[in-house]
Amino acid sequence: MGAYAYQAPASVEEALSTLAAEAAAGNRAQMLAGGTDVMVQMRSIDKGPRTFVDVKHVAEANELHIGDDEVFIGAGIASAVLNENDELKSILPGLIESADLIGSTQIQGRATIGGNLCNSSPAGDTIPALIACGAVCVIASPGGNREVPTEDFVTGVGTNVLEPTEFLIGLKIPRPKGRSSDAYLRFIPRTEMDIAVCGAGVALTLDDSGVCTAAKVAIGAVAITALVVPDAAAALVGTTVDDEALSAAADASSALAKPITDKRGTVEYRRKVVGVLTKRAGAIARDRALAL
Amino acid sequence: MAEALDLKAIGTRPVRPDGIDKVTGRAAFGADLHLPNMLHGMVLRSPHAHARIKRVDLTRARAAEGVLAAVSGADFPGGAGAGDLAKNVIARDKVLYHGHAVAAVAAKTLLQAEAALDLIEVDYEVLDPVMSLDEAMADGATLVNESQHTNGDTSKPASNIAATQRFERGDLEAGFAEADIVVETEHRVPMAHQGYIEPHACTATANEDGKATVWCCTQGHFDVRSLTAQVLGEKVGNIKVIPSEIGGGFGGKTTIYLEPLAVRMSQMTGRPVKMTMSREDVFRATGPTSGTWCRAKIGAKKDGTFTAASAWLAYEAGAFPGAPIGPGCMSVLAPYEVPNLVIEGNDVLVNKPKVCAYRAPGAPQSMHAMESAIDELARQLDMDPIDLRLKNSAAEGTVAPYGPRFPAIGLRECLEAAKVHPNYTAPVPEGAGRGVAVGFWFNIGMQSSAEVRIAEDGAVTVMEGSPDIGGSRASMALMAAETLGVPYEQVKAHVGDTESTGFCNVTGGSRTTFATGMAVVQACEDIIAQCKQRAALTWDLDEEQVDWVDGEAVPKPGVNADVKPLSLADIARGAGRTGGPLLGRASLNAQGAGASFSCNFTDTIVDTETGKVDVLSFTAVQDAGRAIHPSYVEGQMQGGAVQGIGWALNEEYIYDDNGVMENAGFLDYRVPVASDMPMIDTEIIEVPNPFHPYGVRGVGETPIVAPLAAVSNAVRDQLGFRIPDLPLSPPRVLEAIDEQGGGD
Repeated sequence: MGAYAYQAPASVEEALSTLAAEAAAGNRAQMLAGGTDVMVQMRSIDKGPRTFVDVKHVAEANELHIGDDEVFIGAGIASAVLNENDELKSILPGLIESADLIGSTQIQGRATIGGNLCNSSPAGDTIPALIACGAVCVIASPGGNREVPTEDFVTGVGTNVLEPTEFLIGLKIPRPKGRSSDAYLRFIPRTEMDIAVCGAGVALTLDDSGVCTAAKVAIGAVAITALVVPDAAAALVGTTVDDEALSAAADASSALAKPITDKRGTVEYRRKVVGVLTKRAGAIARDRALAL
Repeated sequence: MAEALDLKAIGTRPVRPDGIDKVTGRAAFGADLHLPNMLHGMVLRSPHAHARIKRVDLTRARAAEGVLAAVSGADFPGGAGAGDLAKNVIARDKVLYHGHAVAAVAAKTLLQAEAALDLIEVDYEVLDPVMSLDEAMADGATLVNESQHTNGDTSKPASNIAATQRFERGDLEAGFAEADIVVETEHRVPMAHQGYIEPHACTATANEDGKATVWCCTQGHFDVRSLTAQVLGEKVGNIKVIPSEIGGGFGGKTTIYLEPLAVRMSQMTGRPVKMTMSREDVFRATGPTSGTWCRAKIGAKKDGTFTAASAWLAYEAGAFPGAPIGPGCMSVLAPYEVPNLVIEGNDVLVNKPKVCAYRAPGAPQSMHAMESAIDELARQLDMDPIDLRLKNSAAEGTVAPYGPRFPAIGLRECLEAAKVHPNYTAPVPEGAGRGVAVGFWFNIGMQSSAEVRIAEDGAVTVMEGSPDIGGSRASMALMAAETLGVPYEQVKAHVGDTESTGFCNVTGGSRTTFATGMAVVQACEDIIAQCKQRAALTWDLDEEQVDWVDGEAVPKPGVNADVKPLSLADIARGAGRTGGPLLGRASLNAQGAGASFSCNFTDTIVDTETGKVDVLSFTAVQDAGRAIHPSYVEGQMQGGAVQGIGWALNEEYIYDDNGVMENAGFLDYRVPVASDMPMIDTEIIEVPNPFHPYGVRGVGETPIVAPLAAVSNAVRDQLGFRIPDLPLSPPRVLEAIDEQGGGD
């Protein structure tokens, strides 16, 4: 274990200058949201010295805004806040349930979606859900804000597009219109307090006759990053999302998956079950959309 | 006898005396002690599963900032010839598992100690690790211990099989020939950890007069004293051990790991040394229970009568001999009348941590095999699995496979209660499966002591030496209150340190409420005898003319004395005039521990697309003899069931090719979480143990025995085929379903 410093900037500007100053001084800066990953890693995996820069006091990163066309979730917003927001749960049920799957009630008081994304684990539960609902990362950068679709954010195991002088302010999500809904399912051997063996997020839009007009499918924990599954989406569009279409979507997810065998599951297991989850999440999203 | 007693305190459910401190955070556990000038000790652990130690150099570590002591095996007596316990505490010539302690340092801060570990130089000659029973038992296997011969027979080549055991009765082949149906199954059950929440921790301080004091969390501080003395080459009397509250043990805290290291480094520095394990250390370096490979074979007539049975068991001992093959062999057929049998056990070394006791050590694995085979037999006979077991059940007078004749036992009563239980008479839920199994554990007696002290207002202090891992202080207080005839609230039970109370063997073997309870009852009887004597003196009567009724001394019926009854408080208040303070005591080696049988059944449902098994309901019926505090008996039954279900479904040690455990943490060593479990329904059966004053049998271990097979049998019931090995983790179950071409 080494020496640690802590900074709590109040604005994006201040946070950027803190990051720049730490970089200039040759210090390692690490953004801190709820700390539910960072603190555990610091105690067990990587004990090296660093300066924590706390996003929870940055005003812009603590906004939660539900607009007519767009939802904005600041990177510092705790999952518990989202889980208790009925409006959000009704318009983005899949995304919110992905956040609600992470950790215990106590952990959710600190954990954030932004932190889950920036931790960039292949098994991060909110990542496929964010991708499925078309979320865009709003990144504070020395040259001004830049936006990156969530499917392009994570670049590898624990790595992402953020430069040391940048940080995630929050996530912009297009507000689902009409009969649109989403769902996220993950598989774990227990009921909670576990890490995804695989996961699948599905967002879709139905027309008045129940035919799917748009869909997006993303899967997690079956490759080094979450994957978009265009063939699964294509299998759903133009159908009533019936068993046949869902089965085709499942096959597409299984086919695209590039899992590994480890202590949590085998290649064969993950490949098969990610298809099952795609099918089940698709059915849930369909039923939710039909109920609108 | 017990049945005739009109019980007032026993069987009630008062609040446990340690409860408030535990839920408010006041209770002091192993790592909670802080002493002035205390040093922090840390252990350097082997990065190899099997290697010869060529050199350990502590020079640089000793010179590091803040470091005041560093030790290796050379700092302890015995060298390469030291006993297994000592070599497990700190390696000498070889490291035998990944995580085996090689050296330790003590420094002013934890950070300094951690940094110093990196400065210890160790040269290893890496050897092939022996990681499975098949590998270990194969001809020409790499030897974990080159000088070990099976059963000490040096006329045979050295072997990884440390010991064998065999029970035989009748004529096995003739018995199988007599059978109409013979079933044979083979099973593997993985190494599993007790999973206690509190990691091992101790603090030791050694003084200039050669005395040392150790604070630690343990199931038996008298054992810590003797074992620590043994490893250090000290006299027992030089070591005092003070037990803390304990955050779970389940058998895993019946030995020592850190204590001799802390004492030695305190002796070297003159300062207290505190050592704690991380969760990872606990998994890698403390004793789990054996992974096993078992074959079971059983034959029966068409009417279900067993004619013969055999069992072949191979148990992983870990790095040193001592797998629980004895109890594994003794348990496997204990519930049944079997005229012809052969039971064989093998205690096998592998490069994994030395196993330690875990709740009914050895029984869950062997009985998983036999109870699975019996389940198959019931299916082939088209008999209800409870009826088949009832037909062959052991009862009073049955000669157990390991020799003795059972006195009164409650197996039939458990089976009969299960058969009519509403959870059993209810239909199996749509799509689910139901499994039945029985469990057994001998329970043990061993040595205990107790003192009972009466304060001047009649307050009763029970002092005993059995660390309380399951509510035993409440049970001791209830038995004392019952015996003395005073309210429970008037009694406080305490666990004394090694110098404050008489010797007690470890809290284990489900012995505490039975044996230490018996000592408490006898110590209370000693108090009653003294009270009668004091009353006689007060009243100028003979002792024989005084009775003790409902907590008061009274003249016996027919004795002509015009006196007011004397309560415990009255006598205590006047004790100075009648001979001094009231102090009762008893010490014993308890005989007549009563076996506890159980019948468990469960409904489970497999998601055939993911292989996940959900437990819908679980019912545990068990003979407690007498439930002193029924809530804590039920708690034992529920806790054991959950541990057994966890072992059946997900718990296992996963090793990589180099013998490194891959899941040394609670994220990937999956004990069940609360939401995984249904309410575990319990029914306590009371067939009193004739050898305990209140009929106690001991209940802590039997509950973990039956769940493994009950869950396996339920999954078998739904799927239509058996998955013989555990755990029934989703990947294993889905693979089996796919091999069978779909489960529905």
